[in-house]
Amino acid sequence: MITTDICIIGAGPVGLFAVFEAGLLKMRCHLIDALPQVGGQLSEIYPQKPIYDIPGFPAINAQDLVNNLLDQINPFHPTFTLGERVEKLERQEDGSYLITSNENTQIHCQVVVIAAGLGSFEPRKPAVERLEDFEGKGVAYMVKNPELFRDKRIVLAGGGDSALDWTLFLSEIASKVTLVHRGETFRGAPDSAEKVFSLAEQGRINLILNANVTALNGNGHLKEISISRKDKTVSNLDVDYFIPLFGLTPKLGPIADWNLAVDKSAIEVNTQDFSTNVERIYAIGDINTYPGKLKLILCGFHEAALMAQSAFKYVFPEQKLSFKYTTVNGIHAL
Amino acid sequence: MINITIEDRNGTRQDIVIPEGINLSLMEVLKASEYNILATCGGMGICATCHVQVLEAPGSLPPVNDTELDMLDTLPEAGPDSRLSCQIRVNENIAGAVFRIKGESNE
Ligand SMILES: Cc1cc2nc3c(=O)[nH]c(=O)nc-3n(C[C@H](O)[C@H](O)[C@H](O)COP(=O)(O)OP(=O)(O)OC[C@H]3O[C@@H](n4cnc5c(N)ncnc54)[C@H](O)[C@@H]3O)c2cc1C
Ligand code: FES
Repeated sequence: MITTDICIIGAGPVGLFAVFEAGLLKMRCHLIDALPQVGGQLSEIYPQKPIYDIPGFPAINAQDLVNNLLDQINPFHPTFTLGERVEKLERQEDGSYLITSNENTQIHCQVVVIAAGLGSFEPRKPAVERLEDFEGKGVAYMVKNPELFRDKRIVLAGGGDSALDWTLFLSEIASKVTLVHRGETFRGAPDSAEKVFSLAEQGRINLILNANVTALNGNGHLKEISISRKDKTVSNLDVDYFIPLFGLTPKLGPIADWNLAVDKSAIEVNTQDFSTNVERIYAIGDINTYPGKLKLILCGFHEAALMAQSAFKYVFPEQKLSFKYTTVNGIHAL
Repeated sequence: MINITIEDRNGTRQDIVIPEGINLSLMEVLKASEYNILATCGGMGICATCHVQVLEAPGSLPPVNDTELDMLDTLPEAGPDSRLSCQIRVNENIAGAVFRIKGESNE
């Protein structure tokens, strides 16, 4: 079990900056995010876009801002659980919380900070019969551990970079790779598309264009997949794994079940300290709402600072907090 | 005035009358009419959450460009009549069109 002072749900820009504000007050943070990388919307949706409204940066590329935030919090040694979604929050007798992820990682903390933005980013699922029956039993939405696919028969679906990249990668280790794409051109990098076409010509992968995966079959584990082509013919293929790769989309998910006051998918907070209606749980950044709320990174940063001052009383109940500028001690003195 | 028809996720149709020259996208009109769509990227064409299906189009909708096609390709349920509503400007070319909301709900 991981033990920390503050567990931050969401490693978007606001969750990352909260580590800095907490760190100045000597509170340790653990961050958990459903995405395999930090950065939230900035890294997932618009990594290469310039942002113009971060004070001190006339323009900064979104991914550069995330990298700078990581540098800024590095002195506080935050710890991370990535690629896992928080499912459960359980209040302990002493008021602290036990957090459990979908992969059963447990984090014990004094304070929970929800910096969950638009919700957790979840894979877009194609309409395939029995898809959900085989999740974890042959259906995977990301390649976390490539070794799982060694010498196996894999079918991938999709036409973007991740479908192309994983087709190329898995062609080296799987016994058979089939890529099913509903169009006949790829939107991914032209270079990767060329490589995929060339592997198909050499017979090293099976490329099925103008087609969709429509049904799955098996008994306990995926065994067979049905592929429907544009000309209405259907063929069946023996497989071990099906990997649909259609990008990610944010979903509010389990947050809706945590007894928090929610208005139109956002958590209501007290603007004095961004606390929620549940003691020791704060909500900052895009996930919260209050009169006048603006969904801007800048506003989330401000919320993180006020949250940290308030959370201090739960982490160090015996100490009195007196406000000091960062420049008084300098972060490296902490 | 520009008249269009919107079919929601339950199949209910509603006519919408939009003043000419308002320079909005169809996504903005849908949001203003309180339809429940995500439109995560605010209309930049990079999130594909504002998906609509064109059921009827008596006028000539603007052609789909490569970027829009790329985004539509991330939607497993997209078909040849799919569009991103944020990429469709509301003007006389869309008069009489019928759109079905396909994008993800924000709930
Ligand atoms: C195209 C676009 C352009 C933008 N431009 C600007 C701009 O120029 N300036 C500006 O200030 N803002 C801009 N924004 C808004 C800005 O991106 C958001 O305000 C900001 O990302 C909010 O940060 P956040 O940390 O609150 O949430 P997010 O960035 O959404 O991060 C939240 C994280 O929480 C994770 N999460 C959620 N639920 C769970 C769970 N249950 N378990 C685990 N993890 C979970 C998610 O996976 C996600 O990574 C833009 C947004 C978009 C889409
Ligand atoms: S609102 Fe994001 S693509 Fe249209």
